Amino acid sequence: MKRTSTPFILAGLVAVCVGSGLVAVNAKPVTYTLPDETAVFKPGPNLEVVQNNCSSCHSSDYIKTQPEGPKFKKDFWQAEVTKMINVYGAPIEKADVDKIVEYLATTY
Amino acid sequence: MMNRRTALRGGAAFLAGGGMIGGSSLKSLAAELVTLPFDNGERPIVKYPQKRPMIGLTSRPPQLETPFSVYNENILTPNDAFFVRYHLADIPLEIDPDKFSVEIKGKVDKPLKLSLADIKKMPSIELVAVNQCSGNSRGFFNPRVAGGQLGNGAMGNARWKGVSLKSVLDKAGVQAGAKQVTFAGMDGPVMDKTPDFTKALDIDHARDGEVMLAYAMNGQDLPMLNGYPLRLVVPGYYGTYWVKHLNEITVIDNVFDGFWMKTAYRIPDNDCACVEPGTAPKATIPINRLTVRSFITSIVDGAKVKAGAETRLRGIAFDGGKGIKMVEVSTDGGKTWRQAALGRNLGKYSFREWHLAVKLPAGEHQLKVRATSNDGKMQPLEALWNPAGYMRNVVETVRVTAA
Repeated sequence: MKRTSTPFILAGLVAVCVGSGLVAVNAKPVTYTLPDETAVFKPGPNLEVVQNNCSSCHSSDYIKTQPEGPKFKKDFWQAEVTKMINVYGAPIEKADVDKIVEYLATTY
Repeated sequence: MMNRRTALRGGAAFLAGGGMIGGSSLKSLAAELVTLPFDNGERPIVKYPQKRPMIGLTSRPPQLETPFSVYNENILTPNDAFFVRYHLADIPLEIDPDKFSVEIKGKVDKPLKLSLADIKKMPSIELVAVNQCSGNSRGFFNPRVAGGQLGNGAMGNARWKGVSLKSVLDKAGVQAGAKQVTFAGMDGPVMDKTPDFTKALDIDHARDGEVMLAYAMNGQDLPMLNGYPLRLVVPGYYGTYWVKHLNEITVIDNVFDGFWMKTAYRIPDNDCACVEPGTAPKATIPINRLTVRSFITSIVDGAKVKAGAETRLRGIAFDGGKGIKMVEVSTDGGKTWRQAALGRNLGKYSFREWHLAVKLPAGEHQLKVRATSNDGKMQPLEALWNPAGYMRNVVETVRVTAA
């Protein structure tokens, strides 16, 4: 379910910073600051297409941590990209699908 | 179309720059690595607010694994070490407990909106229960399968306090013909077309008096990443049902057909919930109760012990709610077994501590532990396999050298 609360940025701007990132504003809203995202996509063919299409929904470590080896190349990644489109509704242009699969199969 | 998450990410960076403690030090900690014992098992050690250093699986949405040594420290998993699993990246980062409410709607006589204060005024219940991710230990599957490549750290045991779902449903008045109850939380998808995370339980299960809306964990508020300020606790069931940031409860008169029940989190419809490795099941059902499982926690794989001296082995065992009847240990790779002593019983849904003193002659040994639950279910010596990598419960082996 989507939230209807005020965007947290506003509350965060007036937040009193306490402890290690967990902040209470007048002991009211609890705000939480996630650490900076450090995972990055490895260099490879069509990197920009991959960044544009995959980064909106998840960090690159979702890809990096998948099993490696001969059984986890083109067919495996083709199935994953298809799943992202058909199951999770990723708005990936048809022309980009092969480029993404090529990147994934040759880079991971 | 994208919702507000993208904007929020920029906002989070701004906040960190605006004096929030933690930002830069978190980055340097992320350089530490740990290697889980399977191929491509290298993971960063990451530091999140409210959490001690954890094994980082993914950063957006955050997925954190408990370092295994934690299970040897305490039978209750500390809140700051409890694993974190999200599916969708639009997670709540600001919650006002005074404004938070949970809606009870659908096939009820009196739809309700209960504030946290309303819930805390109701009679509370408390129980100790294991929350284990369906895909805990997926990284050990052979052949490997796609999904979160977890070691054994996506489980935890906590004392949960809250109100029974039954009491909340009774307040709303469940109508005749109700079949299931669905649960959704404040976390949601980034893309509008991604199915929102919603789970369902049968109406009788929902009204068993043990399924709980929990607001406290080990005597404290829930940590943000574990579902603050309210989460569903489904004792004996896999973590997928334990909906975090719970704010929507809907009674329905049909069987819920949303993606996260109908398509995802399905297991083979047979006694072992398994198929021949590499094959697909003919029929599937929603994942449900935890299978019986046990671990040695006091000694790590590859450890050295003193030959001929007493080595005190200790560990944990648990199942989906029948309770642990027996834990056996083998020091000869599974040829012979000795019964371990069981520790204090914190309830049938809890980790059960076990211990056993053994003397090992000089040489290499394979220590195995095997639990049996009160309904006679015993862990298998060979791993069971299913395509999604769920429910791993093979007898674990720890190799040690006595010298």
